[in-house]
Amino acid sequence: MSNIKYLLLRRITQIGLLVLYFAANAYGWHILEGTFGASILFGIIPLADPYTTLQVLATGFVLGADVLLGALLIVLFYMIVGGRAFCSWVCPINMVTDLANWLRRKLKLDKEEVNYRFLKRNTRYWIMVLGVIVSAVVGVAAFEVLSPITIMQRGIIFGFGAGISVIFAIFLFDLFGVKNGWCGHLCPLGAAYSIIGKSSIIRVKHDHEACTACMKCKVVCPENQVLHMIDKESISVTDGECTNCGRCVDVCDDDALEFSIRSFAKR
Amino acid sequence: MANSNNNRRKFFATTLQSVGLTALGGLLWSGYSDEVKASPLVLRPPGALPEEDFLKACIKCGLCAEACVNRDSNKNRDGSSREGTLQMAKGGDHRMIGTPFFVPTEVPCYMCEDIPCVPVCPSGALDVLSVSNEKGELDIDKSRMGLAVVHKESCIAFWGIQCDACYRACPLLDEAITLEYQKNERTGKHAFLLPIVNSDICTGCGLCEIACVTEKPAIFVLPVEHSTGRAGSHYVKGWDKKDQERVKDAKEIETKNERSEAEAEDYLNMEVEY
Repeated sequence: MSNIKYLLLRRITQIGLLVLYFAANAYGWHILEGTFGASILFGIIPLADPYTTLQVLATGFVLGADVLLGALLIVLFYMIVGGRAFCSWVCPINMVTDLANWLRRKLKLDKEEVNYRFLKRNTRYWIMVLGVIVSAVVGVAAFEVLSPITIMQRGIIFGFGAGISVIFAIFLFDLFGVKNGWCGHLCPLGAAYSIIGKSSIIRVKHDHEACTACMKCKVVCPENQVLHMIDKESISVTDGECTNCGRCVDVCDDDALEFSIRSFAKR
Repeated sequence: MANSNNNRRKFFATTLQSVGLTALGGLLWSGYSDEVKASPLVLRPPGALPEEDFLKACIKCGLCAEACVNRDSNKNRDGSSREGTLQMAKGGDHRMIGTPFFVPTEVPCYMCEDIPCVPVCPSGALDVLSVSNEKGELDIDKSRMGLAVVHKESCIAFWGIQCDACYRACPLLDEAITLEYQKNERTGKHAFLLPIVNSDICTGCGLCEIACVTEKPAIFVLPVEHSTGRAGSHYVKGWDKKDQERVKDAKEIETKNERSEAEAEDYLNMEVEY
Protein backbone atom coordinates (compact mmCIF):
# COMPACT_ATOMS: atom_id res chain seq x y z
CA MET A 1 0.00 0.00 0.00
CA SER A 2 2.86 2.34 0.69
CA ASN A 3 3.56 2.78 -3.02
CA ILE A 4 0.20 4.39 -3.71
CA LYS A 5 -0.18 6.45 -0.52
CA TYR A 6 -0.09 9.87 -2.16
CA LEU A 7 -2.00 8.64 -5.19
CA LEU A 8 -4.83 7.54 -2.94
CA LEU A 9 -4.73 10.76 -0.95
CA ARG A 10 -4.90 12.76 -4.16
CA ARG A 11 -7.84 10.82 -5.53
CA ILE A 12 -9.67 11.21 -2.23
CA THR A 13 -9.02 14.96 -2.31
CA GLN A 14 -10.02 15.35 -5.96
CA ILE A 15 -13.17 13.29 -5.68
CA GLY A 16 -14.03 14.71 -2.26
CA LEU A 17 -13.90 18.26 -3.59
CA LEU A 18 -16.05 17.31 -6.57
CA VAL A 19 -18.57 15.71 -4.20
CA LEU A 20 -18.73 18.95 -2.18
CA TYR A 21 -19.18 21.04 -5.33
CA PHE A 22 -21.79 18.63 -6.66
CA ALA A 23 -23.73 18.59 -3.38
CA ALA A 24 -23.77 22.39 -3.24
CA ASN A 25 -25.92 22.35 -6.35
CA ALA A 26 -27.80 19.11 -5.84
CA TYR A 27 -28.54 19.33 -2.11
CA GLY A 28 -27.83 22.95 -1.22
CA TRP A 29 -24.79 22.20 0.96
CA HIS A 30 -22.94 25.35 1.98
CA ILE A 31 -19.47 23.84 2.29
CA LEU A 32 -17.94 24.53 -1.09
CA GLU A 33 -20.18 26.24 -3.64
CA GLY A 34 -19.61 27.43 -7.17
CA THR A 35 -16.93 26.13 -9.53
CA PHE A 36 -13.19 26.68 -9.88
CA GLY A 37 -13.87 30.02 -11.58
CA ALA A 38 -15.14 31.35 -8.28
CA SER A 39 -16.27 29.52 -5.17
CA ILE A 40 -17.50 30.20 -1.68
CA LEU A 41 -15.97 28.14 1.12
CA PHE A 42 -18.12 27.49 4.21
CA GLY A 43 -20.67 30.00 2.94
CA ILE A 44 -18.36 32.96 3.59
CA ILE A 45 -14.78 32.73 2.29
CA PRO A 46 -14.52 33.76 -1.38
CA LEU A 47 -12.12 31.85 -3.63
CA ALA A 48 -11.33 32.53 -7.27
CA ASP A 49 -9.12 31.20 -10.02
CA PRO A 50 -6.24 33.66 -10.46
CA TYR A 51 -5.80 32.99 -14.19
CA THR A 52 -9.52 33.39 -14.90
CA THR A 53 -9.48 36.56 -12.83
CA LEU A 54 -6.57 37.87 -14.89
CA GLN A 55 -8.43 37.13 -18.14
CA VAL A 56 -11.59 38.91 -16.95
CA LEU A 57 -9.53 41.93 -15.88
CA ALA A 58 -7.90 41.87 -19.34
CA THR A 59 -11.32 42.28 -20.96
CA GLY A 60 -11.49 45.63 -19.19
CA PHE A 61 -14.20 44.68 -16.74
CA VAL A 62 -13.70 45.90 -13.19
CA LEU A 63 -14.36 42.78 -11.14
CA GLY A 64 -16.19 42.59 -7.85
CA ALA A 65 -14.12 42.62 -4.66
CA ASP A 66 -15.16 39.04 -3.84
CA VAL A 67 -13.35 37.69 -6.88
CA LEU A 68 -10.25 39.79 -6.33
CA LEU A 69 -10.01 38.74 -2.70
CA GLY A 70 -10.74 35.14 -3.67
CA ALA A 71 -7.97 35.11 -6.26
CA LEU A 72 -5.55 36.58 -3.72
CA LEU A 73 -6.40 33.86 -1.18
CA ILE A 74 -5.85 31.14 -3.78
CA VAL A 75 -2.52 32.64 -4.83
CA LEU A 76 -1.35 32.76 -1.21
CA PHE A 77 -2.52 29.22 -0.57
CA TYR A 78 -0.70 27.76 -3.55
CA MET A 79 2.41 29.81 -2.85
CA ILE A 80 2.67 27.68 0.26
CA VAL A 81 1.60 24.21 -0.87
CA GLY A 82 3.11 24.40 -4.34
CA GLY A 83 1.28 26.04 -7.23
CA ARG A 84 0.71 22.98 -9.26
CA ALA A 85 -0.64 21.08 -6.30
CA PHE A 86 -3.86 22.38 -7.87
CA CYS A 87 -3.10 20.28 -10.94
CA SER A 88 -2.49 16.99 -9.17
CA TRP A 89 -4.63 17.33 -6.05
CA VAL A 90 -7.65 19.31 -7.26
CA CYS A 91 -8.05 19.43 -11.05
CA PRO A 92 -10.40 16.71 -12.32
CA ILE A 93 -8.66 16.59 -15.73
CA ASN A 94 -5.67 15.16 -13.86
CA MET A 95 -7.61 11.93 -13.41
CA VAL A 96 -8.23 11.77 -17.16
CA THR A 97 -4.64 12.47 -18.16
CA ASP A 98 -3.24 10.18 -15.45
CA LEU A 99 -5.40 7.40 -16.84
CA ALA A 100 -4.15 8.15 -20.35
CA ASN A 101 -0.58 8.08 -19.08
CA TRP A 102 -1.06 4.85 -17.21
CA LEU A 103 -2.52 3.26 -20.35
CA ARG A 104 0.39 4.59 -22.39
CA ARG A 105 2.76 2.75 -20.09
CA LYS A 106 0.66 -0.42 -20.16
CA LEU A 107 0.38 -0.31 -23.94
CA LYS A 108 4.08 0.48 -24.21
CA LEU A 109 3.45 3.53 -26.36
CA ASP A 110 6.38 5.38 -24.87
CA LYS A 111 9.19 3.39 -26.39
CA GLU A 112 10.27 6.21 -28.65
CA GLU A 113 10.87 9.65 -27.27
CA VAL A 114 9.38 12.02 -29.81
CA ASN A 115 10.64 15.54 -30.12
CA TYR A 116 7.89 17.86 -31.24
CA ARG A 117 9.54 20.92 -32.61
CA PHE A 118 6.85 23.41 -31.67
CA LEU A 119 5.13 21.55 -28.91
CA LYS A 120 7.54 21.99 -26.06
CA ARG A 121 6.89 22.03 -22.39
CA ASN A 122 7.13 25.81 -22.46
CA THR A 123 4.38 26.11 -25.09
CA ARG A 124 1.94 26.47 -22.20
CA TYR A 125 3.53 29.77 -21.14
CA TRP A 126 2.99 31.15 -24.64
CA ILE A 127 -0.61 29.98 -24.50
CA MET A 128 -1.01 31.53 -21.07
CA VAL A 129 0.12 34.94 -22.32
CA LEU A 130 -1.87 34.53 -25.52
CA GLY A 131 -5.00 33.78 -23.50
CA VAL A 132 -4.74 37.13 -21.75
CA ILE A 133 -4.17 38.96 -25.04
CA VAL A 134 -7.08 37.21 -26.77
CA SER A 135 -9.28 38.03 -23.77
CA ALA A 136 -8.43 41.69 -24.17
CA VAL A 137 -9.04 41.64 -27.94
CA VAL A 138 -12.27 39.68 -28.01
CA GLY A 139 -13.76 40.88 -24.73
CA VAL A 140 -14.37 37.53 -23.14
CA ALA A 141 -12.22 35.37 -20.84
CA ALA A 142 -10.67 33.38 -23.69
CA PHE A 143 -9.45 30.22 -21.96
CA GLU A 144 -12.79 29.84 -20.19
CA VAL A 145 -14.46 29.45 -23.58
CA LEU A 146 -12.73 26.11 -24.09
CA SER A 147 -11.16 25.11 -20.77
CA PRO A 148 -11.67 21.34 -20.38
CA ILE A 149 -11.08 21.79 -16.66
CA THR A 150 -14.17 23.84 -15.98
CA ILE A 151 -16.12 22.02 -18.70
CA MET A 152 -15.48 18.78 -16.82
CA GLN A 153 -16.23 20.29 -13.43
CA ARG A 154 -19.44 21.96 -14.58
CA GLY A 155 -20.30 18.72 -16.34
CA ILE A 156 -20.12 16.87 -13.06
CA ILE A 157 -22.13 19.53 -11.21
CA PHE A 158 -24.69 20.59 -13.82
CA GLY A 159 -24.56 17.87 -16.50
CA PHE A 160 -22.13 17.36 -19.38
CA GLY A 161 -24.15 17.68 -22.56
CA ALA A 162 -21.88 17.59 -25.59
CA GLY A 163 -19.06 18.86 -23.38
CA ILE A 164 -18.08 15.28 -22.64
CA SER A 165 -16.43 15.15 -26.08
CA VAL A 166 -13.83 17.69 -24.94
CA ILE A 167 -12.82 15.34 -22.14
CA PHE A 168 -12.52 12.45 -24.60
CA ALA A 169 -10.46 14.64 -26.89
CA ILE A 170 -7.99 15.37 -24.10
CA PHE A 171 -7.86 11.68 -23.21
CA LEU A 172 -7.16 10.63 -26.80
CA PHE A 173 -4.61 13.39 -27.29
CA ASP A 174 -2.67 12.31 -24.20
CA LEU A 175 -3.00 8.61 -24.95
CA PHE A 176 -2.24 8.45 -28.67
CA GLY A 177 -0.86 11.91 -29.32
CA VAL A 178 1.65 13.60 -27.12
CA LYS A 179 2.76 12.13 -23.80
CA ASN A 180 1.63 14.50 -21.05
CA GLY A 181 0.30 16.54 -23.96
CA TRP A 182 -2.37 18.56 -22.22
CA CYS A 183 -1.12 19.00 -18.65
CA GLY A 184 2.56 19.06 -19.53
CA HIS A 185 2.59 21.12 -22.71
CA LEU A 186 -0.59 23.07 -23.33
CA CYS A 187 -2.60 23.91 -20.24
CA PRO A 188 -2.23 27.64 -19.52
CA LEU A 189 -3.77 27.23 -16.08
CA GLY A 190 -1.00 24.81 -15.16
CA ALA A 191 1.46 27.36 -16.50
CA ALA A 192 -0.02 30.06 -14.29
CA TYR A 193 0.17 27.78 -11.27
CA SER A 194 3.78 26.88 -12.14
CA ILE A 195 4.64 30.54 -11.79
CA ILE A 196 2.60 30.99 -8.62
CA GLY A 197 4.24 27.98 -6.99
CA LYS A 198 7.76 28.73 -8.09
CA SER A 199 8.92 29.42 -4.56
CA SER A 200 6.47 27.28 -2.66
CA ILE A 201 7.45 25.99 0.74
CA ILE A 202 6.41 22.34 0.46
CA ARG A 203 8.72 20.50 -1.94
CA VAL A 204 9.99 17.03 -2.73
CA LYS A 205 13.53 16.50 -1.47
CA HIS A 206 16.00 14.09 -3.01
CA ASP A 207 18.54 12.13 -0.97
CA HIS A 208 21.43 11.30 -3.24
CA GLU A 209 23.02 8.94 -0.66
CA ALA A 210 19.95 6.70 -0.56
CA CYS A 211 19.25 6.73 -4.31
CA THR A 212 20.03 3.55 -6.26
CA ALA A 213 19.35 5.20 -9.61
CA CYS A 214 16.49 2.84 -10.51
CA MET A 215 14.79 5.76 -12.30
CA LYS A 216 11.29 4.60 -11.37
CA CYS A 217 10.58 8.17 -10.32
CA LYS A 218 11.47 9.52 -13.75
CA VAL A 219 9.23 6.97 -15.46
CA VAL A 220 6.22 7.87 -13.40
CA CYS A 221 6.77 11.65 -13.19
CA PRO A 222 4.51 13.69 -15.49
CA GLU A 223 7.07 16.52 -15.54
CA ASN A 224 10.24 14.48 -15.35
CA GLN A 225 12.50 17.37 -16.39
CA VAL A 226 12.08 18.65 -12.81
CA LEU A 227 13.84 15.56 -11.48
CA HIS A 228 17.19 16.49 -13.00
CA MET A 229 18.95 16.01 -9.65
CA ILE A 230 18.16 12.32 -9.36
CA ASP A 231 21.30 10.35 -8.52
CA LYS A 232 23.31 13.56 -8.75
CA GLU A 233 22.65 15.93 -5.87
CA SER A 234 20.80 15.94 -2.58
CA ILE A 235 18.57 18.95 -3.18
CA SER A 236 14.87 19.81 -3.30
CA VAL A 237 12.86 19.86 -6.49
CA THR A 238 12.62 23.62 -6.93
CA ASP A 239 11.04 23.74 -10.38
CA GLY A 240 7.61 25.39 -10.48
CA GLU A 241 6.40 22.76 -12.92
CA CYS A 242 6.56 20.02 -10.25
CA THR A 243 2.95 19.29 -9.35
CA ASN A 244 3.74 17.95 -5.87
CA CYS A 245 1.77 14.86 -6.84
CA GLY A 246 4.05 12.65 -4.80
CA ARG A 247 4.13 9.79 -7.31
CA CYS A 248 7.93 9.80 -7.18
CA VAL A 249 7.78 9.54 -3.40
CA ASP A 250 5.32 6.67 -3.76
CA VAL A 251 7.35 4.62 -6.23
CA CYS A 252 10.75 5.16 -4.63
CA ASP A 253 11.83 1.96 -2.90
CA ASP A 254 14.92 3.55 -1.40
CA ASP A 255 13.39 6.41 0.61
CA ALA A 256 15.43 8.75 -1.53
CA LEU A 257 12.48 11.09 -2.15
CA GLU A 258 10.27 12.65 0.49
CA PHE A 259 8.14 15.76 0.94
CA SER A 260 9.84 18.34 3.09
CA ILE A 261 9.82 22.00 3.95
CA ARG A 262 11.99 23.76 1.46
CA SER A 263 15.14 25.26 2.76
CA PHE A 264 15.70 28.71 1.39
CA ALA A 265 19.13 28.97 2.94
CA LYS A 266 21.86 29.13 0.33
CA ARG A 267 24.26 26.27 0.56
CA MET B 1 32.69 32.81 -36.74
CA ALA B 2 30.76 30.74 -39.23
CA ASN B 3 29.37 28.70 -36.38
CA SER B 4 28.13 31.74 -34.48
CA ASN B 5 26.51 33.01 -37.67
CA ASN B 6 24.80 29.69 -38.08
CA ASN B 7 23.59 29.77 -34.50
CA ARG B 8 22.29 33.26 -34.95
CA ARG B 9 20.41 32.29 -38.09
CA LYS B 10 18.92 29.33 -36.29
CA PHE B 11 17.90 31.53 -33.38
CA PHE B 12 16.20 34.04 -35.67
CA ALA B 13 14.43 31.31 -37.61
CA THR B 14 13.13 29.66 -34.45
CA THR B 15 12.04 32.97 -32.97
CA LEU B 16 10.29 33.97 -36.18
CA GLN B 17 8.52 30.64 -36.41
CA SER B 18 7.47 30.76 -32.75
CA VAL B 19 6.09 34.25 -33.13
CA GLY B 20 4.37 33.28 -36.36
CA LEU B 21 2.76 30.20 -34.86
CA THR B 22 1.70 32.20 -31.80
CA ALA B 23 0.06 34.73 -34.09
CA LEU B 24 -1.69 31.90 -35.94
CA GLY B 25 -2.89 30.44 -32.66
CA GLY B 26 -4.04 33.85 -31.51
CA LEU B 27 -6.04 34.41 -34.68
CA LEU B 28 -7.73 31.01 -34.50
CA TRP B 29 -8.44 31.42 -30.81
CA SER B 30 -9.80 34.95 -31.25
CA GLY B 31 -11.97 33.88 -34.15
CA TYR B 32 -13.38 30.97 -32.23
CA SER B 33 -14.01 33.02 -29.07
CA ASP B 34 -15.69 35.76 -31.06
CA GLU B 35 -17.96 33.27 -32.83
CA VAL B 36 -19.11 31.57 -29.65
CA LYS B 37 -19.96 34.97 -28.20
CA ALA B 38 -22.53 35.49 -30.90
CA SER B 39 -25.62 33.90 -29.42
CA PRO B 40 -27.79 36.98 -29.03
CA LEU B 41 -31.15 35.37 -28.36
CA VAL B 42 -30.37 34.26 -24.84
CA LEU B 43 -32.21 35.24 -21.68
CA ARG B 44 -29.96 36.05 -18.74
CA PRO B 45 -30.70 36.04 -14.99
CA PRO B 46 -32.23 39.13 -13.34
CA GLY B 47 -29.86 42.06 -12.97
CA ALA B 48 -27.55 40.87 -15.74
CA LEU B 49 -25.41 43.55 -17.36
CA PRO B 50 -25.98 44.22 -21.07
CA GLU B 51 -24.88 41.09 -22.98
CA GLU B 52 -21.54 42.47 -24.17
CA ASP B 53 -20.49 43.42 -20.62
CA PHE B 54 -22.08 40.32 -19.14
CA LEU B 55 -19.88 38.09 -21.28
CA LYS B 56 -16.81 39.97 -20.11
CA ALA B 57 -17.80 39.84 -16.47
CA CYS B 58 -19.31 36.39 -15.98
CA ILE B 59 -16.70 34.15 -14.34
CA LYS B 60 -18.86 31.05 -14.98
CA CYS B 61 -18.95 29.97 -11.35
CA GLY B 62 -22.58 28.84 -11.33
CA LEU B 63 -23.37 30.35 -7.93
CA CYS B 64 -26.51 32.00 -9.38
CA ALA B 65 -27.82 28.71 -10.76
CA GLU B 66 -27.09 26.94 -7.47
CA ALA B 67 -28.85 29.68 -5.49
CA CYS B 68 -31.79 29.43 -7.90
CA VAL B 69 -32.34 25.69 -7.65
CA ASN B 70 -31.81 25.63 -3.87
CA ARG B 71 -33.98 28.66 -3.08
CA ASP B 72 -36.28 28.70 -0.05
CA SER B 73 -38.86 30.87 -1.79
CA ASN B 74 -41.25 29.91 -4.58
CA LYS B 75 -41.78 26.27 -3.73
CA ASN B 76 -44.59 24.16 -5.13
CA ARG B 77 -47.84 24.25 -3.17
CA ASP B 78 -46.98 20.94 -1.48
CA GLY B 79 -43.67 22.42 -0.28
CA SER B 80 -41.49 20.48 -2.68
CA SER B 81 -38.79 22.30 -4.61
CA ARG B 82 -39.35 23.44 -8.14
CA GLU B 83 -36.84 22.87 -10.86
CA GLY B 84 -34.21 25.58 -11.07
CA THR B 85 -34.84 28.29 -13.64
CA LEU B 86 -31.22 29.00 -14.42
CA GLN B 87 -29.19 26.55 -16.46
CA MET B 88 -25.45 26.64 -17.00
CA ALA B 89 -24.75 26.52 -20.73
CA LYS B 90 -23.00 23.32 -21.68
CA GLY B 91 -21.59 22.00 -24.93
CA GLY B 92 -24.41 21.66 -27.42
CA ASP B 93 -26.57 24.39 -25.89
CA HIS B 94 -25.18 26.82 -28.48
CA ARG B 95 -24.79 29.53 -25.95
CA MET B 96 -21.57 30.84 -24.46
CA ILE B 97 -20.40 27.83 -22.50
CA GLY B 98 -20.60 28.06 -18.72
CA THR B 99 -22.85 31.11 -18.61
CA PRO B 100 -26.26 31.09 -16.90
CA PHE B 101 -29.44 31.43 -18.95
CA PHE B 102 -33.05 30.34 -18.90
CA VAL B 103 -35.63 29.10 -21.35
CA PRO B 104 -39.15 30.19 -20.36
CA THR B 105 -40.87 27.21 -21.97
CA GLU B 106 -38.71 24.88 -19.88
CA VAL B 107 -38.64 26.72 -16.56
CA PRO B 108 -39.61 30.41 -16.43
CA CYS B 109 -38.34 32.81 -13.78
CA TYR B 110 -40.69 32.77 -10.82
CA MET B 111 -39.55 36.23 -9.75
CA CYS B 112 -38.60 35.44 -6.13
CA GLU B 113 -38.92 38.55 -3.98
CA ASP B 114 -35.61 37.80 -2.24
CA ILE B 115 -33.87 37.30 -5.64
CA PRO B 116 -31.48 34.57 -4.41
CA CYS B 117 -29.50 34.48 -7.67
CA VAL B 118 -28.26 38.06 -7.81
CA PRO B 119 -26.47 38.93 -4.52
CA VAL B 120 -24.37 35.74 -4.71
CA CYS B 121 -22.71 36.84 -7.95
CA PRO B 122 -19.07 37.46 -6.99
CA SER B 123 -17.94 39.13 -10.22
CA GLY B 124 -20.55 41.82 -10.69
CA ALA B 125 -22.01 40.29 -13.86
CA LEU B 126 -25.34 40.37 -12.04
CA ASP B 127 -25.78 43.87 -10.72
CA VAL B 128 -27.64 44.15 -7.39
CA LEU B 129 -28.27 47.87 -7.85
CA SER B 130 -30.21 47.30 -11.05
CA VAL B 131 -32.72 45.19 -9.15
CA SER B 132 -32.96 47.44 -6.07
CA ASN B 133 -35.41 50.24 -5.38
CA GLU B 134 -34.61 53.74 -4.12
CA LYS B 135 -34.51 52.48 -0.53
CA GLY B 136 -31.85 49.96 -1.48
CA GLU B 137 -34.15 46.98 -1.03
CA LEU B 138 -34.20 44.16 -3.56
CA ASP B 139 -37.07 44.60 -5.98
CA ILE B 140 -37.51 41.90 -8.61
CA ASP B 141 -40.07 44.07 -10.45
CA LYS B 142 -37.13 46.20 -11.58
CA SER B 143 -35.46 43.35 -13.43
CA ARG B 144 -35.43 43.38 -17.24
CA MET B 145 -34.52 39.85 -18.27
CA GLY B 146 -36.32 40.34 -21.54
CA LEU B 147 -39.54 41.68 -22.99
CA ALA B 148 -42.59 39.67 -24.00
CA VAL B 149 -43.83 40.11 -27.55
CA VAL B 150 -47.23 39.03 -28.94
CA HIS B 151 -47.51 37.57 -32.39
CA LYS B 152 -50.98 38.80 -33.35
CA GLU B 153 -51.60 36.31 -36.10
CA SER B 154 -51.21 33.24 -33.91
CA CYS B 155 -52.70 34.73 -30.73
CA ILE B 156 -56.24 33.35 -30.51
CA ALA B 157 -57.41 36.42 -28.57
CA PHE B 158 -56.77 38.38 -31.74
CA TRP B 159 -58.97 35.86 -33.58
CA GLY B 160 -61.81 36.82 -31.24
CA ILE B 161 -61.62 33.75 -29.02
CA GLN B 162 -61.66 34.66 -25.37
CA CYS B 163 -58.33 33.73 -23.82
CA ASP B 164 -56.56 35.59 -21.08
CA ALA B 165 -54.06 32.87 -20.13
CA CYS B 166 -51.03 35.16 -20.40
CA TYR B 167 -52.81 38.04 -18.70
CA ARG B 168 -53.62 35.86 -15.68
CA ALA B 169 -50.23 34.15 -15.57
CA CYS B 170 -48.41 37.47 -15.37
CA PRO B 171 -46.96 38.11 -11.90
CA LEU B 172 -47.54 41.84 -12.44
CA LEU B 173 -51.21 41.26 -13.14
CA ASP B 174 -52.92 44.00 -15.13
CA GLU B 175 -49.71 45.99 -15.22
CA ALA B 176 -47.21 44.24 -17.47
CA ILE B 177 -50.00 42.83 -19.64
CA THR B 178 -53.27 44.71 -19.94
CA LEU B 179 -56.35 43.70 -21.88
CA GLU B 180 -57.59 46.08 -24.51
CA TYR B 181 -61.27 45.80 -25.40
CA GLN B 182 -62.27 46.15 -29.03
CA LYS B 183 -65.48 45.47 -30.84
CA ASN B 184 -65.46 42.28 -32.92
CA GLU B 185 -66.82 43.55 -36.24
CA ARG B 186 -66.98 40.02 -37.64
CA THR B 187 -69.70 38.86 -35.26
CA GLY B 188 -70.98 42.32 -34.47
CA LYS B 189 -71.83 41.41 -30.89
CA HIS B 190 -68.64 40.16 -29.25
CA ALA B 191 -65.53 41.84 -27.86
CA PHE B 192 -61.87 41.22 -28.51
CA LEU B 193 -59.87 41.00 -25.26
CA LEU B 194 -56.45 41.78 -26.64
CA PRO B 195 -53.30 41.22 -24.54
CA ILE B 196 -51.04 44.26 -24.71
CA VAL B 197 -47.54 44.07 -23.20
CA ASN B 198 -46.33 47.24 -21.51
CA SER B 199 -42.62 47.41 -22.03
CA ASP B 200 -42.02 49.80 -19.10
CA ILE B 201 -43.23 47.12 -16.71
CA CYS B 202 -42.62 43.68 -18.24
CA THR B 203 -39.67 41.95 -16.55
CA GLY B 204 -39.33 39.17 -19.12
CA CYS B 205 -39.92 36.38 -16.60
CA GLY B 206 -41.61 34.20 -19.22
CA LEU B 207 -44.57 33.01 -17.14
CA CYS B 208 -46.85 34.24 -19.95
CA GLU B 209 -44.92 32.23 -22.50
CA ILE B 210 -45.28 28.94 -20.66
CA ALA B 211 -48.96 29.72 -19.92
CA CYS B 212 -49.82 30.43 -23.56
CA VAL B 213 -52.27 27.85 -24.91
CA THR B 214 -51.21 27.79 -28.54
CA GLU B 215 -49.03 24.99 -29.88
CA LYS B 216 -46.04 27.28 -30.17
CA PRO B 217 -46.51 30.23 -27.83
CA ALA B 218 -47.97 33.33 -29.48
CA ILE B 219 -46.46 35.40 -26.67
CA PHE B 220 -42.77 34.93 -26.05
CA VAL B 221 -39.88 36.64 -24.37
CA LEU B 222 -36.95 38.05 -26.30
CA PRO B 223 -33.93 39.88 -24.92
CA VAL B 224 -34.86 43.57 -24.62
CA GLU B 225 -32.26 44.53 -27.20
CA HIS B 226 -34.04 42.30 -29.72
CA SER B 227 -37.67 43.07 -28.93
CA THR B 228 -37.42 46.87 -28.97
CA GLY B 229 -36.81 49.50 -31.59
CA ARG B 230 -35.42 52.98 -31.20
CA ALA B 231 -37.00 56.11 -32.66
CA GLY B 232 -33.71 57.98 -32.59
CA SER B 233 -33.26 61.73 -32.49
CA HIS B 234 -35.07 62.42 -35.78
CA TYR B 235 -38.44 61.89 -34.17
CA VAL B 236 -39.54 63.66 -31.01
CA LYS B 237 -42.88 63.94 -29.30
CA GLY B 238 -43.41 67.68 -29.62
CA TRP B 239 -46.17 67.55 -27.02
CA ASP B 240 -44.05 65.80 -24.40
CA LYS B 241 -41.57 67.84 -22.35
CA LYS B 242 -39.83 64.72 -21.10
CA ASP B 243 -39.35 63.32 -24.58
CA GLN B 244 -37.80 66.57 -25.71
CA GLU B 245 -35.16 66.21 -23.02
CA ARG B 246 -33.97 63.18 -24.95
CA VAL B 247 -32.70 65.28 -27.83
CA LYS B 248 -31.60 68.41 -26.02
CA ASP B 249 -27.97 67.75 -26.95
CA ALA B 250 -28.77 66.89 -30.55
CA LYS B 251 -26.85 68.95 -33.10
CA GLU B 252 -28.04 70.12 -36.45
CA ILE B 253 -26.91 67.70 -39.13
CA GLU B 254 -26.88 68.52 -42.82
CA THR B 255 -27.09 65.47 -44.99
CA LYS B 256 -25.23 65.79 -48.26
CA ASN B 257 -25.76 63.08 -50.83
CA GLU B 258 -26.93 62.67 -54.39
CA ARG B 259 -30.52 63.08 -53.37
CA SER B 260 -30.00 66.28 -51.37
CA GLU B 261 -28.51 68.01 -54.40
CA ALA B 262 -31.90 68.16 -56.02
CA GLU B 263 -34.92 70.13 -54.85
CA ALA B 264 -37.44 68.16 -52.83
CA GLU B 265 -39.99 68.75 -55.57
CA ASP B 266 -37.70 67.21 -58.15
CA TYR B 267 -37.07 63.95 -56.44
CA LEU B 268 -40.62 63.51 -55.24
CA ASN B 269 -41.80 63.67 -58.82
CA MET B 270 -38.99 61.53 -60.08
CA GLU B 271 -39.32 57.80 -60.37
CA VAL B 272 -36.95 56.26 -57.90
CA GLU B 273 -35.52 52.85 -58.31
CA TYR B 274 -35.18 50.91 -55.10
